[in-house]
Amino acid sequence: MRKLYPYLLLIPTFVIIIMFIYYPAGSALKLSLYKTSPFGNRTIYVGLRNFRQLFEDPEYLYAVRFTLIYVSVSVAITIFMSFIIAYMLTRGVPGTRIYRTFLFAPYAVSPAIAGTLWTFLLNPVVGHVNYFFAKLFGIQVAWLTSKPYAFYALIFATVWKMLPFDMIFYIASIQDVSLDIIEASTLDGANTMTRVWRIIFPLVSPITFYLVIMNIVTTMFSSFAIVDVMTSGGPGGYTTNMIYKLYLDAFTFQKRGPAAAESMIMFAIMLVVTIIYFSFAERKVHYQ
Amino acid sequence: MTRSSKKRLNTILIEIVLITVSFIFIMPIILAITMSLQPPESVFSFPPKFFPTAFHWKNYVDAFNTVPFARLILNSAIIAVMITGGKIITGTLAGYAFANFKFRGRSFAFSFLFATLFLPAETIMILPLFNLMNKLGWVNTYWAMTIPFMASATNTFLFRQHFMSIPSSLEDSARIDGAGPMTYFIKILLPLSKAIIGGATIINFVYSWNMYLWPLIITMEDKMKTVQIGVRMLISAESANNWGIIMAGTMIAVLPTLLLFFTLQDLFVRSLVRSGIKE
Repeated sequence: MRKLYPYLLLIPTFVIIIMFIYYPAGSALKLSLYKTSPFGNRTIYVGLRNFRQLFEDPEYLYAVRFTLIYVSVSVAITIFMSFIIAYMLTRGVPGTRIYRTFLFAPYAVSPAIAGTLWTFLLNPVVGHVNYFFAKLFGIQVAWLTSKPYAFYALIFATVWKMLPFDMIFYIASIQDVSLDIIEASTLDGANTMTRVWRIIFPLVSPITFYLVIMNIVTTMFSSFAIVDVMTSGGPGGYTTNMIYKLYLDAFTFQKRGPAAAESMIMFAIMLVVTIIYFSFAERKVHYQ
Repeated sequence: MTRSSKKRLNTILIEIVLITVSFIFIMPIILAITMSLQPPESVFSFPPKFFPTAFHWKNYVDAFNTVPFARLILNSAIIAVMITGGKIITGTLAGYAFANFKFRGRSFAFSFLFATLFLPAETIMILPLFNLMNKLGWVNTYWAMTIPFMASATNTFLFRQHFMSIPSSLEDSARIDGAGPMTYFIKILLPLSKAIIGGATIINFVYSWNMYLWPLIITMEDKMKTVQIGVRMLISAESANNWGIIMAGTMIAVLPTLLLFFTLQDLFVRSLVRSGIKE
């Protein structure tokens, strides 16, 4: 009887992941190799034609390029800012708790709401941030519907939403760096900047690595809500990233074969990211 | 400069930076509250108002009348509770199997579950999961919005990790006392895991309350949608004109998670770092 127990305990989890993760993933793979006739009643095997079509489609190639820029810019800014802020929050200055609460608050806000809030703040008529930019830099633009401002708008919302998560992990890992090391470097006469970037930043590199990976995944995949609410991929496809393009091709344009091929490409990217993570983690990352 | 005066200068610099950035980060939420209380005639005041000059609660009433928010809140609550409950139940059971039993195929089962982490949920949802729901006839139902998310590798691993940290001598003595595996699980293991279950509960709740893409795809009628979609509906309905009403809707959608967050901040932080999951 006891022998059967573990299998029984695993049934609910495995039924769900097989039915709702593996089976659909498999059917996407199959779909990516087929073409559906215009009325959706027949499917024809076309091999890799869907993929070839994608790589010849300038719109898709644009979405890939835009994703690359959007991901690298937002991840770089978030990592840099969250590390600096986390460092300052571990210096024990008065008021730390309240600063931390304020900075962490966006974590509880959904990406869709983050998009809504920034749509409001950047509104050319009622928006406070728009007002601020107009007063300070003389920029008076329709943020969400003009290039390149729509891109900046997405970056604002993304960094605002993503930073709290990184900050919490950095705070925890900076607190783990032994005080002796910080003390010793102070006595050596290392100034603050040197100490932070040459000594502390390398010491928390395992967590940086983890956060970069997590942030890449977030900006690649979970950015859908922010893009949908703020720009709907516009103006004229300017902010259409890969996940948004996939959504448009699947539902708006009903291009099922190419959409399935796009899913496969995104799986492949995820696989590469994960492999990099684990082959690197094996050697370098020591979990607390 | 002496060391102590240098130190004081550093502290002042840090204070200034922290005050500025924390002000910037909390501002969107404060301004949303301010805007949600503005009467229509002062929504367009220029320069925009930074502090509430009125308490125009009618925006909240209007938000409820423009979009069926009462129903949407109910939907979001049902979905969040079902997903959270489901994940905790399947996660504790599977975690128990991995932590306390040796069985044939254990490492295969573990890798099989682990591999789901590489299959991004969003790409699964958009085409293949939607097709599956179509075949099952689940489109526009609570089933579609909850059952596929009732198990996850991250929850299982979190509970497995925790159960492994509980001394096995407890299990041995329970067995000697004649307690079966289920009795041990319910009477001893779960009560010892209250903190971790609490942390997982709030993280899962916030995750499912905040879902956007899936409810957007899978719901056809307004009465099945969730509050996150409701805010989007409000923007279209008001055609981005009455921001007072839109921000009132935004506050309705964000209030539950924000309240949870402000009351349980420390639990949030601890569970987040411990689980390392973004959900």
